[in-house]
Amino acid sequence: MIRISTCSLAGCFGCHMSFLDMDEKLADFSDKIEFDRSPFTDVRKMGKCEIGLIEGGLCNVENLKVLKEFRENCEILVAVGACAINGGIPAMRNHFSLDSCLREAYVEGIGIENPQIPSDPELPMLLDKVRPVFEAVRIDYFLPGCPPPAEAFVILLEALLKGQKPVLPENLIRYD
Amino acid sequence: MKNLLLDGKMLTYEEGQTIMDCALSNGIAIPGLCHLPGLSPSGNCRLCTVKTGGRYVSACTEPAIDGMEVECETMELSQVRMQLLRMLFVEGNHYCPSCEKSGSCRLQEAAYHEGMLDLHFRPFYPKREMDASHPEILLDRDRCIFCALCVRASREIDGKNVFDISGRGIETHLIVNSASGKLLDTDISVEDRAVHVCPVGAILVKGKGFEIPIGRRLYD
Repeated sequence: MIRISTCSLAGCFGCHMSFLDMDEKLADFSDKIEFDRSPFTDVRKMGKCEIGLIEGGLCNVENLKVLKEFRENCEILVAVGACAINGGIPAMRNHFSLDSCLREAYVEGIGIENPQIPSDPELPMLLDKVRPVFEAVRIDYFLPGCPPPAEAFVILLEALLKGQKPVLPENLIRYD
Repeated sequence: MKNLLLDGKMLTYEEGQTIMDCALSNGIAIPGLCHLPGLSPSGNCRLCTVKTGGRYVSACTEPAIDGMEVECETMELSQVRMQLLRMLFVEGNHYCPSCEKSGSCRLQEAAYHEGMLDLHFRPFYPKREMDASHPEILLDRDRCIFCALCVRASREIDGKNVFDISGRGIETHLIVNSASGKLLDTDISVEDRAVHVCPVGAILVKGKGFEIPIGRRLYD
């Protein structure tokens, strides 16, 4: 069995939804792969894996911690989707200071009651800029798209299960 | 009749044509973002870099010479194009999922064609000004790649002088020729060619966004 872990950092779970869009192909994979840490299993503790799929970029210290844990435990790490690859939509906040983002969301925005910037110690500290994952750890493969098409996941997994390098045809390379 | 060899293929050309003109008139597309037949070549995107006589030249500015041998579709030049495209992406703010031009964007299409999967370089996330002052035309500088097509189209076709490129290196930016620096205060009109030559989503006609559904766009 090939063990796979997945996570969504600063992402929207859209890539995970696209993974599930493989539909009946998932049945073909079911006797070859099993999930370790993943939102699919709701397992939070991580073991050694052959493949790690990272959705989302880095927007807080928790994201960074999870990403490093994935790199330590996965033989092959794949950046999945626009946010993991270039920061994506969350990186649009990079035009503004962190303080002005927080003030807009929690203090000055329309319809806010009891305005205050959240400061619970359990909340992870935000990074000043959203960054792509390849800036923090080595990434072995990239699967672009917002989200990557389900067929791209099929090609990725089929190649990796055979120990080959995945090669996406041009029609499956997309950035939106 | 004069000839040149492009990737081993004999092409004829007329005196005065560039390598790019020659390829286009023979039905061959050399990748490029800043070239448009009818406008003077500027050679600034460098994507049409080809190799001739051991030198790298931009096909859109290099005059064709009788008997010259030109390489374009080689592994080496493909890698050059890939790095150029990556640099174009990291220099600006290209958030394809939120861009109206996505699916019909020539930068995106060129990167798809070269098989670009990652950025390789750290993105700059530069801070650039948006100009939404004009009621019909939007200028989103985040996406500008400084191809200067709008600059040339405005001067050479529209007979106006609405745009220019200012600054150098990392400070390069697209400027608007009016006292306020805003599009609203220029004589630009939505029919102008300059509004419709942008290869990316930097100059857009307002009210047209997402008119063509995903799946039916130019490069879907």
